[in-house]
Amino acid sequence: MSAKKLTSAIADKGWVLADGATGTNLFAMGLEAGEAPELWNEIAPDKIEKLSTQCLNAGSELILTNSFGCNSARLKLHNRANDAAKLAQISAEIAVEAAMSMGVEAIIAGSVGPTGELMQPMGDLTHSTAVEIFSEQIEGLKVGGVDLIWIETMSDLAEMKAAAEAAVQFGMDWCGTMSFDSVGRTMMGVSPATLASWVVELDNKPTALGANCGVGAADLVRSVLEISQVQLDIPIIAKANAGIPKFVGGCIHYDGTPELMADYAELVRNAGASIIGGCCGTGPVHLRKMRNRLESMTKNQQPELELITAKLGAFSGSTESEKGRRKTRRRK
Amino acid sequence: MTEEFEDDIVLSELSDDELVPQMHDDLYDGLKEEIEEGVNILLERGWAPYDILTKALVEGMRIVGIDFRDGILFVPEVLLAANAMKSGMKILKPLLAETGAPRMGKMVIGTVKGDIHDIGKNLVSMMMEGAGFEVVDLGINNPVENYISAIEEENPDILGMSALLTTTMPYMKVVIDRLIELGWRDDYVVLVGGAPLNEEFSKAIGADAYCRDAAVAVETAKDFMARKHNVLAARN
Repeated sequence: MSAKKLTSAIADKGWVLADGATGTNLFAMGLEAGEAPELWNEIAPDKIEKLSTQCLNAGSELILTNSFGCNSARLKLHNRANDAAKLAQISAEIAVEAAMSMGVEAIIAGSVGPTGELMQPMGDLTHSTAVEIFSEQIEGLKVGGVDLIWIETMSDLAEMKAAAEAAVQFGMDWCGTMSFDSVGRTMMGVSPATLASWVVELDNKPTALGANCGVGAADLVRSVLEISQVQLDIPIIAKANAGIPKFVGGCIHYDGTPELMADYAELVRNAGASIIGGCCGTGPVHLRKMRNRLESMTKNQQPELELITAKLGAFSGSTESEKGRRKTRRRK
Repeated sequence: MTEEFEDDIVLSELSDDELVPQMHDDLYDGLKEEIEEGVNILLERGWAPYDILTKALVEGMRIVGIDFRDGILFVPEVLLAANAMKSGMKILKPLLAETGAPRMGKMVIGTVKGDIHDIGKNLVSMMMEGAGFEVVDLGINNPVENYISAIEEENPDILGMSALLTTTMPYMKVVIDRLIELGWRDDYVVLVGGAPLNEEFSKAIGADAYCRDAAVAVETAKDFMARKHNVLAARN
């Protein structure tokens, strides 16, 4: 299995529609706050398969497995630290089965989220332990039949590096996205341009790289513009949240409409992304609208920031801070 | 860290007026040993522990907080600064207890059930301590019972909850609803934070405020404590 399916799908028509959210869509199916979505691979596989089927029906060509938190660091909360590989494998089998039973040629991407722990020197997690943790998950995904590994929602390049190393150890191609949620950078201060430049230097380059989650769709398009400034011969991924979360009638509701996500799809395609999907709050109705827009639009020049905010709403803040780090007496 | 540092600054040779701003700089640069040295020098010079805490450490962290809020510093730099502050606090803590320094207030804080993320929460704990609050940290993955028993035992002024996942953030409402059931809700200030949250969400679940980051959390907590004192003063 390899990334060939993905690269040839992009070569065919210039873009690929990825899927929507996992967590927020599972809420709609009855997931309780605080419950681990990965446990549903065992106790409610029909619902996980249904989620994949819904995305595929809506026109997604690439779907992620329900394995974001399938690592021992997260699963230990639910006393399932030893079952990371097993649950990851099932998640892959469910996604493969969903595509097979529909008779479609979907790209199955094995979701790998962060461990939730801080890497050294800030925290205790060493590189080798992180590689070990990700290896269990990635081995399970590989056995379950994924086409490639999808490392997502990362905030630290060191952690992404560890996950990528684990993927390469198992001979798997990988894609990587970060969550730029702190005024255009990740929580750890990584900017989209830094991510792109970091990838340029890697020996085992990803099949694609980009941004997911973060704040709203507007911020995400801006992140993609930044990545596109770095000369890379690698497709750019965009998976934006459908707006921002609100609490309506006892449930989480993301306020981005399907029309807004269609506008986002067009803008982000023009910005330079070729693998386009949604993150939190993006459901099948959004995906269908995004698909229709991607099919009907004509690729245009990169959007100005003004157009992005006019269509998708304000940015969370300006990335062009006038002030830099303060000058201190020891550090000139 | 790739920048060059100048090491020719000898803290003990600086006057008080030079040393305090130098300590602000050293906190900003996350230099733990230099902060410990600075605290000890000021103690030797007869400074009251409470003055060292507020003028050197708290003020230094306030500056760090501003640049964190403005997207100039990020989690790694703030963690280093907070660790430096903590080591200075460690020297001062026993002395502060002896001298009976004023308390800002007390906070119980924890990451909600199902969530293991504690980076932001730890920063809030450290910055709150740095600002003079007493903090009881419940750690990660807290079911509602943990919050309730901690409130009973600790009788805090403020309850802080953190969540980083869309799948765990609704749990904050479970905790707030329980406080309402118990008739306790109005006795505590409830502050919430975490990457996917926003102001409107915090209002909808019944929290008092959403804190975008640790610096905002400290400012918000101070505001609420000031209001509480005003209310008490008005009653007396």
